[in-house]
Amino acid sequence: MTGHHSQMRYDLEIIASWIEPGSRVVDLGCGEGDLLQHLIARKGVQGTGIELNEEKVARCIEKGLSVLQGDISAEVHDYPDKRFDYVILSQTLQQVYQPDALIRAMLRIGHKGIVSFPNFSHWQIRLQLLLSGRAPVSRQLPYQWFDTPNIRVISLKDFRKFVQDAGLTILREAAINTHTEDRYGSIVAWFPNLRATYGIFMIGAEGGP
Amino acid sequence: MSEYIHHDKERISVGLVSKKYFTFAEPPDEMVLESGSRLGPVVLAYETCGTLAPDRGNAVLVLHALSGDSHVAGCYSADDEKPGWWDCMVGPGKGIDTDKYFVICANVVGSCMGSTGPSSVNPATGRAYGLDFPVVTIGDMVAAQKALIDHLEIERLLCVVGGSIGGMQVLEWCVRYPEQVASAIPLATTMRHSALAIAFNEVARQSIMADPNWNNGDYYEGPKPALGLAVARMIGHITYLSDESMRLKFGRRLQDKSDFSFNFDADFQVESYLRYQGRKFVERFDANSFLYITKAADYFDLGKQHGQGSAVNALSKARARFLVISFTSDWLYPTYQAREIVKALKKNGRDVSFCEIEAEWGHDAFLIPGERLPMLIHGFLERVAHDRSP
Repeated sequence: MTGHHSQMRYDLEIIASWIEPGSRVVDLGCGEGDLLQHLIARKGVQGTGIELNEEKVARCIEKGLSVLQGDISAEVHDYPDKRFDYVILSQTLQQVYQPDALIRAMLRIGHKGIVSFPNFSHWQIRLQLLLSGRAPVSRQLPYQWFDTPNIRVISLKDFRKFVQDAGLTILREAAINTHTEDRYGSIVAWFPNLRATYGIFMIGAEGGP
Repeated sequence: MSEYIHHDKERISVGLVSKKYFTFAEPPDEMVLESGSRLGPVVLAYETCGTLAPDRGNAVLVLHALSGDSHVAGCYSADDEKPGWWDCMVGPGKGIDTDKYFVICANVVGSCMGSTGPSSVNPATGRAYGLDFPVVTIGDMVAAQKALIDHLEIERLLCVVGGSIGGMQVLEWCVRYPEQVASAIPLATTMRHSALAIAFNEVARQSIMADPNWNNGDYYEGPKPALGLAVARMIGHITYLSDESMRLKFGRRLQDKSDFSFNFDADFQVESYLRYQGRKFVERFDANSFLYITKAADYFDLGKQHGQGSAVNALSKARARFLVISFTSDWLYPTYQAREIVKALKKNGRDVSFCEIEAEWGHDAFLIPGERLPMLIHGFLERVAHDRSP
Protein backbone atom coordinates (compact mmCIF):
# COMPACT_ATOMS: atom_id res chain seq x y z
CA MET A 1 0.00 0.00 0.00
CA THR A 2 2.89 2.34 0.75
CA GLY A 3 4.29 1.67 -2.70
CA HIS A 4 0.99 2.56 -4.26
CA HIS A 5 0.74 5.65 -2.10
CA SER A 6 4.03 7.03 -3.30
CA GLN A 7 3.06 6.47 -6.92
CA MET A 8 0.00 8.68 -6.93
CA ARG A 9 -0.04 11.97 -8.76
CA TYR A 10 0.52 15.08 -6.67
CA ASP A 11 -2.86 16.62 -7.56
CA LEU A 12 -4.61 13.41 -6.50
CA GLU A 13 -2.66 13.46 -3.25
CA ILE A 14 -4.09 16.90 -2.49
CA ILE A 15 -7.62 15.73 -3.27
CA ALA A 16 -7.13 12.65 -1.09
CA SER A 17 -5.91 14.82 1.78
CA TRP A 18 -9.23 16.71 1.72
CA ILE A 19 -11.40 13.65 2.10
CA GLU A 20 -12.64 12.53 5.50
CA PRO A 21 -11.95 8.89 6.35
CA GLY A 22 -14.90 6.55 5.94
CA SER A 23 -16.87 8.88 3.67
CA ARG A 24 -18.79 8.00 0.53
CA VAL A 25 -17.11 9.10 -2.66
CA VAL A 26 -17.84 9.00 -6.38
CA ASP A 27 -15.09 9.78 -8.86
CA LEU A 28 -16.44 11.06 -12.19
CA GLY A 29 -14.06 10.08 -14.97
CA CYS A 30 -12.07 7.82 -12.68
CA GLY A 31 -9.66 6.48 -15.32
CA GLU A 32 -7.96 3.32 -14.11
CA GLY A 33 -9.07 4.00 -10.56
CA ASP A 34 -5.80 5.17 -8.94
CA LEU A 35 -7.49 7.75 -6.73
CA LEU A 36 -10.34 5.43 -5.78
CA GLN A 37 -7.97 2.63 -4.88
CA HIS A 38 -5.92 5.01 -2.78
CA LEU A 39 -8.97 6.40 -0.98
CA ILE A 40 -10.31 2.94 -0.23
CA ALA A 41 -6.94 1.66 1.02
CA ARG A 42 -5.87 4.73 2.99
CA LYS A 43 -9.09 6.40 4.00
CA GLY A 44 -11.47 3.49 4.17
CA VAL A 45 -13.96 5.30 1.94
CA GLN A 46 -16.88 3.67 0.16
CA GLY A 47 -15.84 4.54 -3.35
CA THR A 48 -17.36 4.18 -6.76
CA GLY A 49 -16.40 5.55 -10.15
CA ILE A 50 -17.74 6.34 -13.59
CA GLU A 51 -15.58 6.01 -16.68
CA LEU A 52 -16.38 6.04 -20.39
CA ASN A 53 -13.51 3.96 -21.72
CA GLU A 54 -14.20 0.20 -21.69
CA GLU A 55 -10.54 -0.72 -21.26
CA LYS A 56 -10.16 1.53 -18.22
CA VAL A 57 -13.45 0.35 -16.72
CA ALA A 58 -12.27 -3.23 -17.10
CA ARG A 59 -8.94 -2.41 -15.37
CA CYS A 60 -10.90 -0.91 -12.46
CA ILE A 61 -13.26 -3.86 -12.05
CA GLU A 62 -10.37 -6.31 -12.30
CA LYS A 63 -8.77 -4.45 -9.37
CA GLY A 64 -11.97 -4.97 -7.42
CA LEU A 65 -13.23 -1.41 -7.71
CA SER A 66 -16.89 -0.58 -8.13
CA VAL A 67 -16.98 1.30 -11.42
CA LEU A 68 -19.53 1.70 -14.13
CA GLN A 69 -19.08 2.44 -17.77
CA GLY A 70 -20.87 5.48 -19.08
CA ASP A 71 -20.89 9.18 -19.84
CA ILE A 72 -20.57 11.16 -16.61
CA SER A 73 -23.01 13.86 -17.72
CA ALA A 74 -25.72 11.21 -18.13
CA GLU A 75 -24.77 8.76 -15.38
CA VAL A 76 -24.63 11.42 -12.67
CA HIS A 77 -28.41 11.83 -12.81
CA ASP A 78 -29.51 8.41 -11.57
CA TYR A 79 -28.22 8.65 -8.01
CA PRO A 80 -30.46 9.65 -5.12
CA ASP A 81 -29.98 13.11 -3.54
CA LYS A 82 -26.93 13.39 -1.30
CA ARG A 83 -25.90 9.80 -1.95
CA PHE A 84 -22.25 10.79 -1.56
CA ASP A 85 -20.18 12.93 0.76
CA TYR A 86 -17.80 13.91 -2.04
CA VAL A 87 -18.25 14.00 -5.80
CA ILE A 88 -14.90 14.29 -7.54
CA LEU A 89 -14.35 15.69 -11.02
CA SER A 90 -10.62 15.50 -11.51
CA GLN A 91 -9.01 16.93 -14.65
CA THR A 92 -12.19 16.50 -16.65
CA LEU A 93 -14.07 19.82 -16.41
CA GLN A 94 -12.28 21.14 -19.51
CA GLN A 95 -13.83 18.28 -21.51
CA VAL A 96 -17.43 18.61 -20.32
CA TYR A 97 -20.12 19.95 -22.69
CA GLN A 98 -22.39 21.40 -20.03
CA PRO A 99 -20.24 22.18 -16.98
CA ASP A 100 -23.00 24.17 -15.30
CA ALA A 101 -25.50 21.29 -15.40
CA LEU A 102 -22.85 18.79 -14.34
CA ILE A 103 -21.69 20.81 -11.35
CA ARG A 104 -25.29 21.31 -10.20
CA ALA A 105 -25.90 17.57 -10.55
CA MET A 106 -22.72 16.90 -8.56
CA LEU A 107 -24.02 18.99 -5.69
CA ARG A 108 -27.40 17.30 -5.86
CA ILE A 109 -25.98 13.77 -5.48
CA GLY A 110 -23.22 14.81 -3.08
CA HIS A 111 -22.68 17.16 -0.15
CA LYS A 112 -19.43 18.51 -1.58
CA GLY A 113 -17.87 18.65 -5.00
CA ILE A 114 -14.16 18.57 -5.72
CA VAL A 115 -13.19 19.95 -9.11
CA SER A 116 -9.69 20.20 -10.56
CA PHE A 117 -8.51 21.48 -13.93
CA PRO A 118 -5.41 22.83 -15.68
CA ASN A 119 -5.05 26.59 -15.26
CA PHE A 120 -5.13 28.25 -18.67
CA SER A 121 -3.87 31.57 -17.40
CA HIS A 122 -0.48 30.24 -16.32
CA TRP A 123 2.21 32.72 -17.37
CA GLN A 124 3.84 30.28 -19.79
CA ILE A 125 0.58 29.85 -21.66
CA ARG A 126 0.02 33.60 -21.73
CA LEU A 127 3.53 34.14 -23.01
CA GLN A 128 3.23 31.44 -25.65
CA LEU A 129 0.11 32.98 -27.12
CA LEU A 130 1.57 36.47 -26.92
CA LEU A 131 4.90 35.63 -28.52
CA SER A 132 4.10 32.86 -30.98
CA GLY A 133 0.55 33.87 -31.87
CA ARG A 134 -0.47 30.20 -31.86
CA ALA A 135 -2.82 28.19 -29.67
CA PRO A 136 -0.78 27.28 -26.60
CA VAL A 137 0.44 23.74 -26.05
CA SER A 138 1.76 22.95 -22.58
CA ARG A 139 2.63 19.90 -20.51
CA GLN A 140 -0.73 20.21 -18.81
CA LEU A 141 -2.60 20.74 -22.07
CA PRO A 142 -0.40 18.86 -24.52
CA TYR A 143 -2.77 18.72 -27.50
CA GLN A 144 -2.96 20.63 -30.74
CA TRP A 145 -6.15 22.55 -31.50
CA PHE A 146 -7.28 19.82 -33.93
CA ASP A 147 -6.82 16.76 -31.72
CA THR A 148 -7.59 18.03 -28.25
CA PRO A 149 -10.33 16.46 -26.15
CA ASN A 150 -10.35 19.69 -24.14
CA ILE A 151 -13.15 21.79 -25.46
CA ARG A 152 -12.81 24.64 -22.94
CA VAL A 153 -10.11 26.73 -21.43
CA ILE A 154 -10.49 27.69 -17.77
CA SER A 155 -8.48 29.86 -15.44
CA LEU A 156 -8.61 29.88 -11.66
CA LYS A 157 -10.23 33.34 -11.77
CA ASP A 158 -12.83 32.14 -14.28
CA PHE A 159 -13.80 29.24 -12.08
CA ARG A 160 -14.11 31.37 -8.95
CA LYS A 161 -16.40 33.76 -10.82
CA PHE A 162 -18.41 30.86 -12.21
CA VAL A 163 -18.96 29.45 -8.73
CA GLN A 164 -19.98 32.86 -7.40
CA ASP A 165 -22.37 33.55 -10.29
CA ALA A 166 -23.93 30.11 -9.85
CA GLY A 167 -24.65 30.93 -6.21
CA LEU A 168 -22.39 28.18 -4.95
CA THR A 169 -19.67 28.34 -2.33
CA ILE A 170 -15.97 27.61 -2.52
CA LEU A 171 -15.15 25.70 0.64
CA ARG A 172 -11.51 25.13 -0.03
CA GLU A 173 -9.03 25.68 -2.81
CA ALA A 174 -5.49 24.86 -3.74
CA ALA A 175 -3.43 26.27 -6.55
CA ILE A 176 -0.62 23.86 -7.30
CA ASN A 177 2.42 23.67 -9.45
CA THR A 178 2.95 20.19 -10.83
CA HIS A 179 3.14 18.47 -14.16
CA THR A 180 0.78 15.87 -15.56
CA GLU A 181 1.52 12.42 -14.14
CA ASP A 182 3.99 13.97 -11.68
CA ARG A 183 4.23 12.69 -8.15
CA TYR A 184 5.78 15.92 -6.90
CA GLY A 185 4.53 19.45 -6.79
CA SER A 186 4.01 22.44 -4.58
CA ILE A 187 1.28 24.73 -3.38
CA VAL A 188 1.32 28.16 -5.03
CA ALA A 189 0.49 30.88 -2.54
CA TRP A 190 1.50 34.02 -4.46
CA PHE A 191 -0.21 35.02 -7.73
CA PRO A 192 -1.75 31.60 -8.20
CA ASN A 193 -3.70 32.54 -11.33
CA LEU A 194 -0.39 33.39 -12.97
CA ARG A 195 1.84 30.74 -11.44
CA ALA A 196 -0.22 27.61 -10.77
CA THR A 197 -0.49 24.87 -13.38
CA TYR A 198 -3.60 23.38 -11.75
CA GLY A 199 -6.45 24.50 -9.57
CA ILE A 200 -8.33 22.29 -7.17
CA PHE A 201 -11.57 23.51 -5.60
CA MET A 202 -13.94 22.08 -3.06
CA ILE A 203 -17.39 23.51 -3.60
CA GLY A 204 -20.71 23.30 -1.82
CA ALA A 205 -24.25 24.44 -2.41
CA GLU A 206 -25.29 27.95 -1.41
CA GLY A 207 -24.88 28.65 2.25
CA GLY A 208 -22.05 26.19 2.68
CA PRO A 209 -22.14 22.45 3.25
CA MET B 1 -27.61 -20.14 -25.79
CA SER B 2 -25.68 -22.18 -28.27
CA GLU B 3 -23.07 -24.78 -27.84
CA TYR B 4 -19.57 -23.46 -27.62
CA ILE B 5 -17.94 -26.20 -25.74
CA HIS B 6 -14.21 -25.89 -25.91
CA HIS B 7 -11.57 -27.53 -23.90
CA ASP B 8 -9.36 -25.05 -22.20
CA LYS B 9 -6.31 -24.21 -24.28
CA GLU B 10 -4.02 -25.41 -21.55
CA ARG B 11 -6.40 -28.19 -20.62
CA ILE B 12 -6.88 -26.78 -17.16
CA SER B 13 -10.02 -28.32 -15.77
CA VAL B 14 -11.85 -29.07 -12.56
CA GLY B 15 -11.47 -32.68 -13.61
CA LEU B 16 -14.12 -35.30 -13.05
CA VAL B 17 -17.58 -34.27 -11.93
CA SER B 18 -20.79 -36.16 -11.50
CA LYS B 19 -24.47 -35.34 -11.73
CA LYS B 20 -26.39 -35.52 -8.48
CA TYR B 21 -30.11 -35.41 -7.80
CA PHE B 22 -32.09 -33.67 -5.09
CA THR B 23 -35.75 -34.56 -4.63
CA PHE B 24 -38.16 -32.43 -2.63
CA ALA B 25 -41.80 -31.27 -2.54
CA GLU B 26 -43.08 -34.80 -2.06
CA PRO B 27 -46.87 -34.93 -1.97
CA PRO B 28 -48.76 -33.76 -0.03
CA ASP B 29 -46.20 -30.95 0.41
CA GLU B 30 -45.94 -30.07 -3.27
CA MET B 31 -44.33 -26.91 -4.49
CA VAL B 32 -46.95 -24.18 -5.03
CA LEU B 33 -46.09 -22.47 -8.29
CA GLU B 34 -46.62 -18.83 -9.20
CA SER B 35 -49.59 -19.88 -11.33
CA GLY B 36 -51.18 -21.48 -8.27
CA SER B 37 -50.66 -25.02 -9.58
CA ARG B 38 -48.94 -27.60 -7.44
CA LEU B 39 -45.94 -29.65 -8.52
CA GLY B 40 -44.33 -32.53 -6.69
CA PRO B 41 -42.21 -34.40 -6.21
CA VAL B 42 -39.60 -32.17 -7.84
CA VAL B 43 -36.19 -33.49 -8.82
CA LEU B 44 -33.29 -31.12 -9.46
CA ALA B 45 -30.19 -32.39 -11.23
CA TYR B 46 -27.13 -30.52 -10.00
CA GLU B 47 -23.35 -30.60 -10.02
CA THR B 48 -20.77 -29.04 -7.80
CA CYS B 49 -17.07 -28.37 -8.14
CA GLY B 50 -14.51 -26.97 -5.74
CA THR B 51 -14.68 -27.35 -1.98
CA LEU B 52 -17.19 -25.82 0.36
CA ALA B 53 -15.34 -23.77 2.99
CA PRO B 54 -15.81 -24.78 6.67
CA ASP B 55 -17.95 -21.65 7.22
CA ARG B 56 -19.94 -22.51 4.04
CA GLY B 57 -19.40 -18.98 2.80
CA ASN B 58 -17.66 -19.54 -0.54
CA ALA B 59 -20.54 -20.90 -2.61
CA VAL B 60 -21.15 -19.52 -6.09
CA LEU B 61 -24.40 -20.49 -7.78
CA VAL B 62 -24.19 -20.60 -11.57
CA LEU B 63 -27.49 -20.33 -13.43
CA HIS B 64 -27.76 -21.69 -16.94
CA ALA B 65 -29.66 -20.37 -19.94
CA LEU B 66 -32.41 -21.89 -22.11
CA SER B 67 -30.77 -25.07 -23.31
CA GLY B 68 -28.08 -25.44 -20.65
CA ASP B 69 -27.81 -28.00 -17.91
CA SER B 70 -26.13 -28.70 -14.60
CA HIS B 71 -22.91 -29.71 -16.34
CA VAL B 72 -21.13 -26.38 -15.97
CA ALA B 73 -17.51 -27.55 -16.01
CA GLY B 74 -15.26 -30.58 -15.99
CA CYS B 75 -15.91 -33.97 -17.54
CA TYR B 76 -17.94 -37.02 -16.56
CA SER B 77 -15.20 -39.53 -17.34
CA ALA B 78 -11.54 -39.60 -18.32
CA ASP B 79 -12.34 -40.20 -22.00
CA ASP B 80 -15.22 -37.68 -22.06
CA GLU B 81 -14.44 -35.34 -24.97
CA LYS B 82 -17.08 -32.78 -24.07
CA PRO B 83 -16.53 -30.65 -20.97
CA GLY B 84 -19.27 -28.60 -19.27
CA TRP B 85 -20.81 -25.61 -21.04
CA TRP B 86 -18.83 -22.94 -19.12
CA ASP B 87 -15.56 -24.81 -18.80
CA CYS B 88 -13.74 -21.68 -20.03
CA MET B 89 -14.99 -19.76 -16.98
CA VAL B 90 -15.18 -22.30 -14.17
CA GLY B 91 -12.05 -24.13 -13.06
CA PRO B 92 -8.78 -23.82 -11.16
CA GLY B 93 -7.38 -20.30 -11.62
CA LYS B 94 -10.18 -19.34 -14.00
CA GLY B 95 -12.70 -16.47 -13.79
CA ILE B 96 -14.67 -18.45 -11.21
CA ASP B 97 -11.76 -20.10 -9.48
CA THR B 98 -12.65 -23.55 -8.15
CA ASP B 99 -9.53 -23.46 -5.96
CA LYS B 100 -11.32 -20.74 -3.98
CA TYR B 101 -15.02 -21.13 -4.58
CA PHE B 102 -17.53 -23.92 -4.30
CA VAL B 103 -19.52 -23.82 -7.54
CA ILE B 104 -23.06 -25.17 -7.78
CA CYS B 105 -25.09 -25.46 -10.95
CA ALA B 106 -28.58 -26.96 -11.12
CA ASN B 107 -30.74 -27.76 -14.12
CA VAL B 108 -33.90 -25.60 -14.06
CA VAL B 109 -37.37 -26.95 -13.34
CA GLY B 110 -39.14 -27.45 -16.66
CA SER B 111 -35.99 -28.54 -18.47
CA CYS B 112 -35.16 -32.05 -19.65
CA MET B 113 -31.57 -32.50 -18.49
CA GLY B 114 -32.31 -34.41 -15.30
CA SER B 115 -34.68 -32.05 -13.48
CA THR B 116 -38.45 -32.43 -13.39
CA GLY B 117 -40.05 -31.15 -16.59
CA PRO B 118 -42.70 -31.99 -19.17
CA SER B 119 -40.80 -35.11 -20.26
CA SER B 120 -40.72 -36.48 -16.68
CA VAL B 121 -43.19 -39.12 -15.57
CA ASN B 122 -46.32 -37.68 -14.01
CA PRO B 123 -46.86 -39.73 -10.84
CA ALA B 124 -50.62 -39.27 -11.24
CA THR B 125 -50.77 -41.03 -14.62
CA GLY B 126 -47.56 -43.02 -14.89
CA ARG B 127 -46.94 -41.34 -18.27
CA ALA B 128 -44.88 -38.31 -19.27
CA TYR B 129 -46.48 -35.03 -18.21
CA GLY B 130 -46.56 -33.45 -21.65
CA LEU B 131 -48.83 -30.42 -21.50
CA ASP B 132 -50.18 -31.53 -18.11
CA PHE B 133 -46.94 -30.11 -16.74
CA PRO B 134 -47.83 -26.78 -15.13
CA VAL B 135 -46.41 -23.60 -16.64
CA VAL B 136 -43.40 -22.62 -14.56
CA THR B 137 -41.90 -19.15 -14.17
CA ILE B 138 -38.40 -17.83 -13.59
CA GLY B 139 -39.58 -17.32 -9.99
CA ASP B 140 -40.51 -21.01 -9.73
CA MET B 141 -37.10 -22.03 -11.09
CA VAL B 142 -35.45 -19.87 -8.44
CA ALA B 143 -37.72 -21.17 -5.65
CA ALA B 144 -36.63 -24.70 -6.56
CA GLN B 145 -32.95 -23.68 -6.53
CA LYS B 146 -33.52 -22.11 -3.11
CA ALA B 147 -34.74 -25.50 -1.83
CA LEU B 148 -31.50 -27.04 -3.09
CA ILE B 149 -29.32 -24.33 -1.51
CA ASP B 150 -31.13 -24.80 1.82
CA HIS B 151 -30.64 -28.55 1.49
CA LEU B 152 -26.90 -27.95 1.00
CA GLU B 153 -27.06 -25.87 4.21
CA ILE B 154 -25.70 -22.76 2.56
CA GLU B 155 -27.00 -19.76 4.42
CA ARG B 156 -25.69 -17.13 2.07
CA LEU B 157 -24.38 -17.43 -1.47
CA LEU B 158 -21.19 -15.51 -2.13
CA CYS B 159 -22.41 -14.93 -5.66
CA VAL B 160 -25.14 -15.82 -8.11
CA VAL B 161 -24.05 -15.57 -11.73
CA GLY B 162 -25.65 -16.35 -15.06
CA GLY B 163 -26.25 -15.13 -18.59
CA SER B 164 -29.40 -14.67 -20.62
CA ILE B 165 -32.27 -16.58 -18.96
CA GLY B 166 -29.69 -17.45 -16.29
CA GLY B 167 -29.28 -13.70 -15.76
CA MET B 168 -33.03 -13.35 -15.21
CA GLN B 169 -32.71 -15.97 -12.47
CA VAL B 170 -29.84 -13.95 -10.97
CA LEU B 171 -32.08 -10.88 -10.73
CA GLU B 172 -34.95 -12.96 -9.35
CA TRP B 173 -32.68 -14.43 -6.66
CA CYS B 174 -31.63 -10.92 -5.58
CA VAL B 175 -35.17 -9.69 -4.95
CA ARG B 176 -36.79 -12.94 -3.84
CA TYR B 177 -34.13 -14.00 -1.32
CA PRO B 178 -32.11 -10.81 -0.74
CA GLU B 179 -30.53 -11.91 2.52
CA GLN B 180 -29.16 -15.03 0.88
CA VAL B 181 -27.20 -13.29 -1.90
CA ALA B 182 -23.96 -11.40 -1.19
CA SER B 183 -23.25 -10.52 -4.81
CA ALA B 184 -24.73 -10.94 -8.25
CA ILE B 185 -23.47 -11.00 -11.83
CA PRO B 186 -26.27 -10.72 -14.40
CA LEU B 187 -24.74 -11.17 -17.86
CA ALA B 188 -26.26 -10.39 -21.27
CA THR B 189 -29.71 -10.23 -19.76
CA THR B 190 -32.79 -8.11 -19.18
CA MET B 191 -35.41 -7.32 -16.55
CA ARG B 192 -38.09 -8.18 -19.11
CA HIS B 193 -38.31 -9.33 -22.68
CA SER B 194 -38.78 -6.80 -25.43
CA ALA B 195 -41.47 -7.41 -28.05
CA LEU B 196 -38.62 -8.47 -30.35
CA ALA B 197 -37.47 -11.20 -27.96
CA ILE B 198 -41.05 -12.43 -27.39
CA ALA B 199 -41.62 -12.43 -31.14
CA PHE B 200 -38.64 -14.67 -31.83
CA ASN B 201 -39.70 -17.04 -29.06
CA GLU B 202 -43.24 -17.18 -30.39
CA VAL B 203 -42.08 -18.03 -33.91
CA ALA B 204 -39.91 -20.78 -32.44
CA ARG B 205 -42.82 -22.16 -30.42
CA GLN B 206 -45.14 -22.02 -33.42
CA SER B 207 -42.61 -24.03 -35.36
CA ILE B 208 -42.73 -26.79 -32.73
CA MET B 209 -46.50 -26.72 -32.41
CA ALA B 210 -46.96 -26.81 -36.19
CA ASP B 211 -45.05 -30.10 -36.40
CA PRO B 212 -47.72 -32.84 -36.70
CA ASN B 213 -45.59 -35.07 -34.47
CA TRP B 214 -45.96 -32.58 -31.65
CA ASN B 215 -49.50 -33.91 -31.09
CA ASN B 216 -50.43 -31.36 -28.44
CA GLY B 217 -47.32 -32.20 -26.49
CA ASP B 218 -48.17 -35.89 -26.27
CA TYR B 219 -45.40 -37.49 -28.30
CA TYR B 220 -43.23 -39.35 -25.81
CA GLU B 221 -44.41 -42.76 -26.98
CA GLY B 222 -44.07 -41.97 -30.69
CA PRO B 223 -41.98 -39.90 -33.12
CA LYS B 224 -40.69 -36.58 -31.73
CA PRO B 225 -41.50 -33.20 -33.32
CA ALA B 226 -37.91 -33.12 -34.54
CA LEU B 227 -38.42 -30.83 -37.52
CA GLY B 228 -40.31 -28.26 -35.50
CA LEU B 229 -37.71 -28.26 -32.75
CA ALA B 230 -34.87 -28.03 -35.26
CA VAL B 231 -36.42 -24.95 -36.90
CA ALA B 232 -37.05 -23.44 -33.44
CA ARG B 233 -33.38 -23.89 -32.68
CA MET B 234 -32.39 -22.34 -36.01
CA ILE B 235 -34.43 -19.25 -35.16
CA GLY B 236 -32.79 -19.13 -31.74
CA HIS B 237 -29.35 -19.33 -33.26
CA ILE B 238 -29.98 -16.32 -35.46
CA THR B 239 -30.81 -14.28 -32.36
CA TYR B 240 -27.71 -15.51 -30.51
CA LEU B 241 -25.37 -14.31 -33.25
CA SER B 242 -25.20 -10.86 -34.80
CA ASP B 243 -25.03 -9.30 -38.22
CA GLU B 244 -21.30 -8.84 -37.73
CA SER B 245 -20.55 -12.31 -36.41
CA MET B 246 -22.53 -13.93 -39.22
CA ARG B 247 -20.73 -11.80 -41.78
CA LEU B 248 -17.38 -12.84 -40.35
CA LYS B 249 -18.26 -16.47 -39.81
CA PHE B 250 -20.18 -17.18 -43.03
CA GLY B 251 -20.54 -14.16 -45.28
CA ARG B 252 -22.12 -15.42 -48.49
CA ARG B 253 -19.78 -18.36 -48.77
CA LEU B 254 -21.20 -21.54 -50.29
CA GLN B 255 -21.07 -24.91 -48.60
CA ASP B 256 -19.00 -27.56 -50.44
CA LYS B 257 -19.83 -26.15 -53.86
CA SER B 258 -18.63 -23.49 -56.23
CA ASP B 259 -21.98 -22.43 -57.63
CA PHE B 260 -25.66 -22.38 -56.71
CA SER B 261 -27.46 -25.70 -56.87
CA PHE B 262 -30.63 -24.12 -58.27
CA ASN B 263 -32.71 -26.17 -55.89
CA PHE B 264 -33.53 -25.89 -52.18
CA ASP B 265 -30.56 -27.71 -50.73
CA ALA B 266 -28.33 -25.82 -48.33
CA ASP B 267 -26.26 -23.67 -50.69
CA PHE B 268 -24.87 -21.16 -48.25
CA GLN B 269 -22.67 -22.01 -45.31
CA VAL B 270 -25.03 -20.20 -42.99
CA GLU B 271 -27.88 -22.49 -44.09
CA SER B 272 -25.79 -25.56 -43.58
CA TYR B 273 -24.68 -24.31 -40.15
CA LEU B 274 -28.24 -23.65 -39.00
CA ARG B 275 -29.45 -27.04 -40.25
CA TYR B 276 -26.60 -28.73 -38.39
CA GLN B 277 -27.33 -26.82 -35.17
CA GLY B 278 -31.01 -27.74 -35.49
CA ARG B 279 -30.30 -31.46 -36.00
CA LYS B 280 -27.80 -31.59 -33.16
CA PHE B 281 -30.20 -29.89 -30.77
CA VAL B 282 -33.01 -32.37 -31.47
CA GLU B 283 -30.81 -35.21 -30.22
CA ARG B 284 -30.47 -33.73 -26.77
CA PHE B 285 -33.39 -31.43 -26.06
CA ASP B 286 -37.10 -31.89 -25.49
CA ALA B 287 -39.49 -29.79 -27.57
CA ASN B 288 -41.96 -29.29 -24.72
CA SER B 289 -39.17 -28.08 -22.44
CA PHE B 290 -38.33 -25.53 -25.12
CA LEU B 291 -41.95 -24.32 -25.02
CA TYR B 292 -42.05 -24.09 -21.22
CA ILE B 293 -38.70 -22.37 -20.72
CA THR B 294 -39.21 -19.80 -23.48
CA LYS B 295 -42.64 -19.04 -22.01
CA ALA B 296 -41.08 -18.53 -18.57
CA ALA B 297 -38.60 -16.10 -20.12
CA ASP B 298 -41.38 -14.19 -21.91
CA TYR B 299 -43.44 -13.91 -18.70
CA PHE B 300 -40.47 -12.66 -16.69
CA ASP B 301 -40.91 -9.02 -15.68
CA LEU B 302 -39.00 -8.12 -12.55
CA GLY B 303 -40.75 -4.80 -12.03
CA LYS B 304 -44.22 -6.20 -12.55
CA GLN B 305 -43.72 -9.25 -10.35
CA HIS B 306 -41.82 -7.62 -7.51
CA GLY B 307 -42.28 -3.86 -7.71
CA GLN B 308 -45.88 -2.98 -8.67
CA GLY B 309 -44.66 -2.27 -12.17
CA SER B 310 -41.47 -0.49 -11.17
CA ALA B 311 -38.03 -2.01 -11.61
CA VAL B 312 -36.67 0.52 -9.12
CA ASN B 313 -39.17 -0.72 -6.52
CA ALA B 314 -38.38 -4.33 -7.29
CA LEU B 315 -34.63 -3.86 -6.93
CA SER B 316 -35.08 -1.88 -3.70
CA LYS B 317 -35.37 -5.30 -2.07
CA ALA B 318 -31.92 -6.40 -3.28
CA ARG B 319 -29.01 -6.40 -0.83
CA ALA B 320 -26.33 -7.75 -3.13
CA ARG B 321 -23.40 -6.03 -4.73
CA PHE B 322 -23.74 -6.12 -8.53
CA LEU B 323 -21.59 -6.55 -11.59
CA VAL B 324 -23.73 -6.04 -14.70
CA ILE B 325 -22.28 -6.96 -18.08
CA SER B 326 -23.57 -6.45 -21.62
CA PHE B 327 -22.02 -7.06 -25.03
CA THR B 328 -21.91 -4.53 -27.85
CA SER B 329 -23.26 -6.86 -30.54
CA ASP B 330 -26.02 -8.50 -28.46
CA TRP B 331 -29.23 -7.63 -30.28
CA LEU B 332 -31.41 -9.99 -28.24
CA TYR B 333 -30.74 -8.14 -24.97
CA PRO B 334 -29.07 -4.92 -26.13
CA THR B 335 -27.00 -2.74 -23.81
CA TYR B 336 -29.84 -0.32 -23.16
CA GLN B 337 -31.59 -3.13 -21.27
CA ALA B 338 -28.54 -3.74 -19.09
CA ARG B 339 -28.37 0.02 -18.46
CA GLU B 340 -31.95 -0.09 -17.18
CA ILE B 341 -30.81 -2.59 -14.56
CA VAL B 342 -27.86 -0.37 -13.66
CA LYS B 343 -30.08 2.69 -13.47
CA ALA B 344 -32.58 1.01 -11.13
CA LEU B 345 -29.72 -0.20 -8.92
CA LYS B 346 -28.17 3.27 -8.78
CA LYS B 347 -31.50 4.82 -7.83
CA ASN B 348 -31.56 2.39 -4.93
CA GLY B 349 -28.04 3.32 -3.91
CA ARG B 350 -26.78 -0.21 -4.52
CA ASP B 351 -23.12 -0.90 -5.18
CA VAL B 352 -23.01 -1.61 -8.91
CA SER B 353 -20.31 -2.03 -11.51
CA PHE B 354 -21.12 -2.13 -15.20
CA CYS B 355 -19.12 -2.87 -18.30
CA GLU B 356 -20.25 -3.11 -21.90
CA ILE B 357 -17.77 -5.52 -23.43
CA GLU B 358 -16.77 -4.91 -27.02
CA ALA B 359 -17.60 -8.22 -28.70
CA GLU B 360 -18.59 -9.26 -32.17
CA TRP B 361 -20.19 -12.55 -31.17
CA GLY B 362 -23.65 -11.26 -30.30
CA HIS B 363 -25.71 -12.54 -27.42
CA ASP B 364 -23.61 -15.68 -27.09
CA ALA B 365 -20.45 -13.72 -26.34
CA PHE B 366 -20.62 -14.66 -22.65
CA LEU B 367 -20.09 -18.32 -23.52
CA ILE B 368 -17.09 -17.81 -25.74
CA PRO B 369 -13.59 -18.04 -24.29
CA GLY B 370 -11.95 -14.64 -24.00
CA GLU B 371 -9.82 -12.62 -21.65
CA ARG B 372 -12.03 -9.80 -20.55
CA LEU B 373 -15.03 -11.48 -18.95
CA PRO B 374 -13.06 -13.94 -16.76
CA MET B 375 -10.82 -11.10 -15.56
CA LEU B 376 -13.81 -8.95 -14.62
CA ILE B 377 -15.58 -11.76 -12.81
CA HIS B 378 -12.36 -12.76 -11.08
CA GLY B 379 -11.67 -9.22 -9.80
CA PHE B 380 -15.26 -8.75 -8.68
CA LEU B 381 -15.38 -12.06 -6.79
CA GLU B 382 -12.03 -11.36 -5.13
CA ARG B 383 -13.38 -8.16 -3.65
CA VAL B 384 -16.63 -9.76 -2.52
CA ALA B 385 -14.72 -12.62 -0.90
CA HIS B 386 -12.21 -10.21 0.65
CA ASP B 387 -14.91 -8.02 2.18
CA ARG B 388 -16.66 -11.08 3.57
CA SER B 389 -13.64 -12.26 5.52
CA PRO B 390 -12.49 -9.97 8.34
